[in-house]
Amino acid sequence: MEKHFARTEMLPPMAPPVTERGVVKWLRENLFSGWFNTILTLAGIYVIWSLVTAALPWWLNSVWTAESLSQCREIVTATAGEGATGACWAMIRERWHQFLFGFYPQDAYWRPVLAFGLLFAAMAPVLFAGQKRNLSVLLGAVALVLLVTLMPASAPVAVVVLVMALLAGFIALAQVRPAMLLWFTAIYPALCFWLLWGGSIWVPVVAMLGFVVMGGAYLALVGRMGPTTSAVTGVALALVWWLFVDLPLTQVIDGIAPFALAKVNSDQFGGFLLAITIGVTAITFSLPIGILLALGRQSDMLIVKTLCVGFIEFIRGVPLITLLFTASLLLQYFLPPNTNFDIILRVIILVTLFAAAYLAEVIRGGLAALPRGQYEAADALGLDYWRAQRLIILPQALKISIPAIVSTFIGLFKDTTLVAFVGLMDPLKGVTQIVRADIDWKGIYWEPYIFVGAIFFVICFGMSRYSMYLERKLKTDHR
Amino acid sequence: MKKSVFLGVVAATTMVAGAAAAQSTLEAVKARGELICGSNTGLTGFGAPDANGNWAGFDVDLCRAVAAAIFGDGTKVKFVPTTGETRFTALQSGEVDLLVRNSTWTVSRDSELALDFVAVNYYDGQGFMVKKDLGVSSAKELDGATVCIQTGTTTELNLADFFKQNNISYQPVTVADDSEAQRQYLAGACDAYTTDASGLAASRATMPDAENHVILPEIISKEPLGPVVRHGDSNWGDIVRWTYFALLIAEEKGITKANVNEVAGSTTDEEVKRLLGLADSGDLPAKLGLPNDAFKNAIAAVGNYGEIFAANIGEGTTINLARGLNALWTQGGLQYAPPFR
Amino acid sequence: MAVASDVPKESFRLSMLIYDTRYRSITIQIFVLLLFALFVSWLISNTISNLAIRGKEFNFGFLWSRAGYDIGQALIPYSNDSSHLTALFVGLVNTLVVALLGCVLATILGVIIGVLRLSKNWLVGRLMTVYVEMFRNVPLLLWILLSYVILSETTPQPRDFRVTDEMAAAGEAPAASMMLFDTVAVTNRGTNIPSPLFDVSLGSVDLGFMSVNLTILAYILVIAGSVWINRRILAAARARQEATGDRPVTWWKSLLVLFGPVIALSVGLGLHLEIPELKGFNFAGGILVAHSFTALLIALTLYTAAFIAEIVRAGIMAINRGQSEAAFALGLRPGRTMNLIILPQALRVIIPPLISQFLNLTKNTSLGIAVSYLDLRGTLGGITLNQTGRELECMLLMMLIYLTISLIISALMNLYNSSVQIKAR
Repeated sequence: MEKHFARTEMLPPMAPPVTERGVVKWLRENLFSGWFNTILTLAGIYVIWSLVTAALPWWLNSVWTAESLSQCREIVTATAGEGATGACWAMIRERWHQFLFGFYPQDAYWRPVLAFGLLFAAMAPVLFAGQKRNLSVLLGAVALVLLVTLMPASAPVAVVVLVMALLAGFIALAQVRPAMLLWFTAIYPALCFWLLWGGSIWVPVVAMLGFVVMGGAYLALVGRMGPTTSAVTGVALALVWWLFVDLPLTQVIDGIAPFALAKVNSDQFGGFLLAITIGVTAITFSLPIGILLALGRQSDMLIVKTLCVGFIEFIRGVPLITLLFTASLLLQYFLPPNTNFDIILRVIILVTLFAAAYLAEVIRGGLAALPRGQYEAADALGLDYWRAQRLIILPQALKISIPAIVSTFIGLFKDTTLVAFVGLMDPLKGVTQIVRADIDWKGIYWEPYIFVGAIFFVICFGMSRYSMYLERKLKTDHR
Repeated sequence: MKKSVFLGVVAATTMVAGAAAAQSTLEAVKARGELICGSNTGLTGFGAPDANGNWAGFDVDLCRAVAAAIFGDGTKVKFVPTTGETRFTALQSGEVDLLVRNSTWTVSRDSELALDFVAVNYYDGQGFMVKKDLGVSSAKELDGATVCIQTGTTTELNLADFFKQNNISYQPVTVADDSEAQRQYLAGACDAYTTDASGLAASRATMPDAENHVILPEIISKEPLGPVVRHGDSNWGDIVRWTYFALLIAEEKGITKANVNEVAGSTTDEEVKRLLGLADSGDLPAKLGLPNDAFKNAIAAVGNYGEIFAANIGEGTTINLARGLNALWTQGGLQYAPPFR
Repeated sequence: MAVASDVPKESFRLSMLIYDTRYRSITIQIFVLLLFALFVSWLISNTISNLAIRGKEFNFGFLWSRAGYDIGQALIPYSNDSSHLTALFVGLVNTLVVALLGCVLATILGVIIGVLRLSKNWLVGRLMTVYVEMFRNVPLLLWILLSYVILSETTPQPRDFRVTDEMAAAGEAPAASMMLFDTVAVTNRGTNIPSPLFDVSLGSVDLGFMSVNLTILAYILVIAGSVWINRRILAAARARQEATGDRPVTWWKSLLVLFGPVIALSVGLGLHLEIPELKGFNFAGGILVAHSFTALLIALTLYTAAFIAEIVRAGIMAINRGQSEAAFALGLRPGRTMNLIILPQALRVIIPPLISQFLNLTKNTSLGIAVSYLDLRGTLGGITLNQTGRELECMLLMMLIYLTISLIISALMNLYNSSVQIKAR
C-alpha cells in the first residue's frame, strides 16, 4: 500500500522576506523603487539637509527678549560665540500688535477682534443653511474663541457678557428657526462698520434704514406695478433717503439719544486688520456686482453684453497695482473737483471693482456649467428672467462656484499686500518698513517677513483646505 | 423718472463739491478740527512712527508747530504716509493740507506741479558714502562703481548729471526706501550709497560699524528741503511760512519750549512781544487768520528751531548731525528769518 | 416665451416699451447706453475741470523730452539723454523679457513638479506638496523680497574675486571664483555672463524711437529660415512614411539645416565671447544681469510654477485611469505612458487655466516695484511719472499698454488652445 502523507495541520506561515515587510518594504516601495526614484529620494534628502543646516543654528539661537537689534546681536554673540547668527524675535514680541492692528488704538483692540469673530457668526447661516448641527458647532466655537480673546483685548466686561448672551441666543435660535439668523448676516456689515470705525451708532443704523425703505417700497408696490417698476422705485426712494434724509435724521437722533464708540480714523488701520478689512469688504461688495456682470455677459442684449465684457476684460487685463495707483493718483481727476475721501476707501472701491471682474468670470463658469435643461425647465415653467435666475439658476451656479470664489478671495487677500505701494500700512511691507525705520530695529530683515509670511500661510492654507472640503461636499452630481 | 434721479445725484454731488471748493485751506482745517500732514512712510529722525503709532521727527515737529499755531494744540494733527510717487498728488488733490516730507525745492515742481515751497527747513546736498577700505577719497574716483540710489527723487537726476559731467561711468541700483538702500550698501551690493548728506549721516550713525564708512567730501547738488503747500492759497502758505520763521526767531531770541511763558511775562523786546502776540503789540498773527498767541503756542508745543533740531537729528541723538548750513545766520549758517513786524 | 398666436393688431403704445417683451430689451439697452454715456461724459467733464483747476494740460508731448535718468538694465540703446519715450520702450522690453522667460520657466518647472507630486516616491511627493502649498499660500510680494535678499546676502562681493599680490605670493585662492570655466561671475550685484561680440557689424537701422540691430535681425531671419526648412524636411519624411511605410532617416539633415546656417553666420561675422573680468569696482565686459531681474524672475517662476503644478496635476488626474491601464497593457513603460498617452490628453484640460496663469504672471511682473526692477511700471509709471508730474497721461498709457499685452497673450493662447482641442467630427 502506498504510503500517503497528508498534512493534518497547516505549517506556520513564514515571515515574509525581509525586503517585503516593515520599514524595509515601505522604504523600498516608496523611496527606492528603481534607480530614478532612488536619485529623486537622495536629491530630496539633500535638499532637506541643506535647508536644515543652513537655517537651524539661526533658529536655535533665537532671542526673545531684547530692547533693540544690537542688543539681540550681543546676546547671540554672548551665548553662541563670535560670528554666530540668531533670529531676533524680540522685535515681534515688542511690535506684534502693529503687525496685527497697525496703529489702531490699543484700548480698542477688542473691537476688531469682536468684528472678526462675529464675521464667522454672520457667515454661519449662509455656509450651513439648514444644518443645525454644524451651525451650532460653529457658533459655539465663535463664542469660545471670543470668550478667550476678548478679555485680553481689553474689552469691557459688559460687552463680553452681551456678546456671549447674543451668541447663546443665536445657538438657541439655530435649533428652532435657523433661517432667522440670516437677519444677523444682513445687519452684520453695518455692525462691523460701527465696531471698526466707531462713531455714533445711528450712522450705520439710519443708513441701513435706507435698505428697509427700499424693501418696503418694493413690497408695497410689487402687487400693483410689477417687479421692475417697483424695484426701480424702491432704489430711487432709497437713494433719496441716503442723499437727503440720512444725514439730518442721524443728527437729530444722535442729539436725542447719543450712543457712540470712540471714533477711529482709517489711517490708523494697518497690518492684518487692514488686509482683512480690505479683503472682506471687497469680496462682499464685489459678489453682487460680479453676479450682475456675469449675467450681463451672458445676456442676449448686445449693448449690455459689450459693456460688461469691456469692463471685465479691462479690469482683468491690467495689473492690480495700476488700479491701486489709479486709486491714489487718478481717482481725484475723475471725481468732481475737491471731492475727497480717504485713501483706504478709494482703495477698497478699486479693489472691489477688481474682485468683481474676477468673480464675474468665476460665476460665469458656474452658469456655464449648469446643464441647459435647467434654463429650459425654468422657461417651461413660465418664470420670467429674474425669477428664473433667482429661484433656479443662481442658487445652483453659485453653489458650483463656491470653491472658486474662495480661491478668488485667497488671491485677493494675498494681493492686499500691494496697498503698501500707495502708502498704506499693509502687514508685509508697510508695517515692516516702519519697524525697519525705527533706530532700535534698523537692519532687521528676515524676522518680520517670516512672521508675516507664516500668518498669511496659516490663513490662506486654512481657507484653501476648507474650500477643497466644500468642493467635495458640494459635489451632488450623479456620476 | 430714473434719469431724473440720476441727474439729481449728479447735481447733489456737484453742489457738495462746489461748497467745498469755496473754502480756504485754513477754514477747511479749522472745520475739520485737525491738520493733515503728508509725511514720509518712515525716515529715521525726520518722520517715523514709534511702537505706539506716535509720529516723531524733525519734519513731524514742524507739522505739530503749524497745528499748535492754528488750534493751540500740537496733537491735533494727522499724518498720512506718502511715497515718493504719491506725495505731490496727495497734496494737489487736497488729501493732505501740508506736505513735510524732505522734498527738494526745484523750479519744475514749483511751476509744472503747481506747488508752493514756502520755506527751507533743512539745507541739504547730495553726497556719497563708501566703505573706508574701498580706498576712495573723492567721488570722482568712482568710475565703474555700483551706486545705490533711492528712486522717485531728484537724487537720480543729479547722479546722472554728475557722472556725465565728470565723464565717468556707473551702474545704478535703484531702491525703494532708505532702510533697503542701507541693507544693500552694507551687504556690499553697491560700492557707494548716495542720497542727501543728512540721510547719509543718519544711516551711518545707525550702522554697527560706523567708523568703517566715510562720507565723501563732494556735495554734488543743492537740496533745499522744505514744507510744500498747494499753489493758489497764499494765506495758507503764509501761515506755514511764518510758523516756521517764528521757530527761527524764537531760537534767535533765546525763547525755548521751557521758558516761553516766562519770556512772555517778562520780555521787553518789541519783536518778541509781537511774535508772542502779547497784549499791547498789535495783532500780527491775527492778520494771518490765526489766534493772537498762535506762535507762542507753536513754540510751547515743539520748542524753537534749534530745539527741534537738537531733539530729533542733532548732535547727541543717534543721527548726530551738525548744524552746518542750518545754523542761524548769526552763527554762520543759512537759516534767516525776515523781521517779524 | 409663449405668445398667443392670434394677437390682434394693436397700435403701438408707449407703455409697450416697458411691458412688451419685443421692445423691452431695446428700451433697456438704450437706457443703459444713455446711462453709460452720461457716466463717461461726467468723468470726462470732471477730468477737464480738475485739469483746469491744477493748471495742467492733457498731452503726451513730455514723452519726447529728455529723460535725464539712467536705467540699470537697458536692452535697447538708452542713455540719460534719450527721451521718455525711449525709456518707456526700455521698460516695456524689460517687462516682456521677464514675462516671457517667466512663462517658459514656470511652465517647465510646473509640469515637472505637477508630475512629481503624483510620484509614487513618498518623500518627493511630500516635498512637492510642501512646495506647492508654501508658494500658493504666501503673497508673491514676500517671495520677491526674499529671493532678492537671498541673492544679495549670500553671494560674494566682487572684491572677493580679487587676487592681491600678497595672496598670489602666499599661494592663496581668492574667497570666490567664477563658474562655468571662468566665464560666469555671480556677485552680490548681479550675474556677469559673457556677451557675444562680432568682428563684423551689420550696423543698425534707426526707427526714430529705437534702433534695430541688423545683426540680431540677421540671426532671427536665419533661424526662422532653418526652422521652416526643417519642418519641410520632416513633413516630407512623414508623407513618405504614410505613403510607403518606411521613414527616411532625417536626423542628420535636421541637424545640418538647424545648426549649419547659424554656425556659418557666426563664423562669417566673427562671433566670439567677451568674458567678464574684474576691473576696478566691478566686473567689466560681458553682460551684467542685475539681481533685481534675477530675483523677480526666480520669484515669479517659483510662485507661478506652484499654480501650474496644481493645474497639471488636476489635468493628469482628469484623464481616465483606463488610459494608463491600456498603455501599460500595450507594454509602454511609465515614462512613455506619461509622455505619449497622458500628457497629450491632459494638455487639453491644462491649457485654458494655463493661459490665465500666463496672464497673471505677466501682470505680476509689475511687482518688480518691490525690488526696483525698472520695468514698464518702473520707467513710465515710476520715474517718468515722478519727474514730469504727468500722472494722468502716464497711468492711462501704462494701463493701455498692459491691456494690449494681456489681450495679445490671450488671443495667441486661445488660438493655440483651439488648435489642440479635439475637433468635433
